[in-house]
Amino acid sequence: MPDKHLSSQFDADLNSLSSRLLEMGGLVESQISTAMRAFTQMDLETCNVVIANEKLVNDLEIQIDLACTELIARRQPTARDLRLVMAVSKAITNLERAGDEAERVAKRTKRLIEAGLPHNINVAEIRLSGQMAISLLRRSLDAFARLDTIAAAEVVQEDRQIDEEFRGFVRKLITYMSEDPHMISTGLDMLTIAKAIERIGDHAKNIAEFVIYIAKGSDVRHIPHEDLVREASRQ
Amino acid sequence: MMSNMRTMFDLNQIDSQGGRVDTSNQGPLSAAVNAIEVRNLNFYYGAFQGLKKINLDIEQGKVTAFIGPSGCGKSTLLRTMNRMYDLYPGQRAEGEINFYGQNILEPGQDLNLLRSRVGMVFQKPTPFPMSIYENIAFGVRLYEKLSRSEMDERVEWALNKAALWNEVKDKLNQSGLSLSGGQQQRLCIARGVAVKPSVILLDEPTSALDPISTGKVEELIHELKADYTIAIVTHNMQQAARVSDYTAYMYLGSLIEYGKTDEIFIKPKRKETEDYITGRFG
Repeated sequence: MPDKHLSSQFDADLNSLSSRLLEMGGLVESQISTAMRAFTQMDLETCNVVIANEKLVNDLEIQIDLACTELIARRQPTARDLRLVMAVSKAITNLERAGDEAERVAKRTKRLIEAGLPHNINVAEIRLSGQMAISLLRRSLDAFARLDTIAAAEVVQEDRQIDEEFRGFVRKLITYMSEDPHMISTGLDMLTIAKAIERIGDHAKNIAEFVIYIAKGSDVRHIPHEDLVREASRQ
Repeated sequence: MMSNMRTMFDLNQIDSQGGRVDTSNQGPLSAAVNAIEVRNLNFYYGAFQGLKKINLDIEQGKVTAFIGPSGCGKSTLLRTMNRMYDLYPGQRAEGEINFYGQNILEPGQDLNLLRSRVGMVFQKPTPFPMSIYENIAFGVRLYEKLSRSEMDERVEWALNKAALWNEVKDKLNQSGLSLSGGQQQRLCIARGVAVKPSVILLDEPTSALDPISTGKVEELIHELKADYTIAIVTHNMQQAARVSDYTAYMYLGSLIEYGKTDEIFIKPKRKETEDYITGRFG
């Protein structure tokens, strides 16, 4: 059976949706790395770059959503085409929110820099989970590009590690703040940053779940991980 | 003659009891009742085999759509369900088509009675060259003796069922051919409904109609399924998706996939079905 549509324009439209999603994913990934660099280096200028670029992410979300709506109106997609369009429409919402979280990291970092308060909080978990979140998002987008359900299932699994890092950091932060109440203001900003990174991991996980939905037709949200892996490996 | 009368009696029994149904193939919790059960059906146009070992159930009170490329056998299958093919020499069916438990392929059937229980509407509107009123009353008179007032009521009832009454109530004596294409098709549906069938077969009922008339017929299908079982053949996949509860995909005389319409259009099991409904079929 041929893998192309009778209408080559339909193929072109669907391919365009996927590639624009990946383009948006690349932009969001770059926003997160820049925000993490701003945080690590405590660099005001870098924070401002992230905040200024947030608009580009929002614009892409609106453009791709419109493209999804137009494709549904013109082509009435079914089966895997329909699943792709629905998944793209939802994945861009996740990407846009991940972009918001990157902006949140930049804004809170900016506030920390501007407050200029000294602190001795060890932020190793934030840096580590930041790297993990970027890696997860990249891998979820790779899985999307190749419709690789096994890789997608791994992303879902590994999001748990970011959650673990977050919980570890919160426990540490509580200790810092109870020992020195002057640390509370800085601590709350750090908490917001850590939470933003944890949320980025969740968005990457959601995108990975959509990959399984497109390829296998199964909605794997909110199901036990073993069931998700079974669906992902189903032939 | 005796055999014909016996068959007629059987069919009447089926009608009066609302269906004598074999539910042995259904699970104990299933409340579904099948109006038609097709078993191992083969169909031949002379030496050419048009249908190959078809097995499927048509659930009572639901809309079942048949889709597939031209020549796949979907209209042929529909035409076996009221033995419309009997009108043509050289065409024959093997296997079973159980209409509420009775195999209608067995010899000795009263085909006119069968076709009043399993009505059919064709692709092109085919009103009789007579008044709108007579288009409805003509078929009813073949099966029932009604008084004038009862017949008036039946005509109004049927036209109401076909959502046509308001448009034609002031011109019942005008020719059926004076109506628009969409109205003619709804007149044909009213004509089929008037004899109170159990099943209505629709063979591409809207392919000759404009979008507004198509919308009206689709709305009608939705309303009719409260009282009737409907099987529809359509080339328009979106129409199948809109109107049906179950969809059957056929290809080269075989039933490839049959299931709930939502499943077929979102997550078909067979790649052949997916290729067809997504427009990858070449």
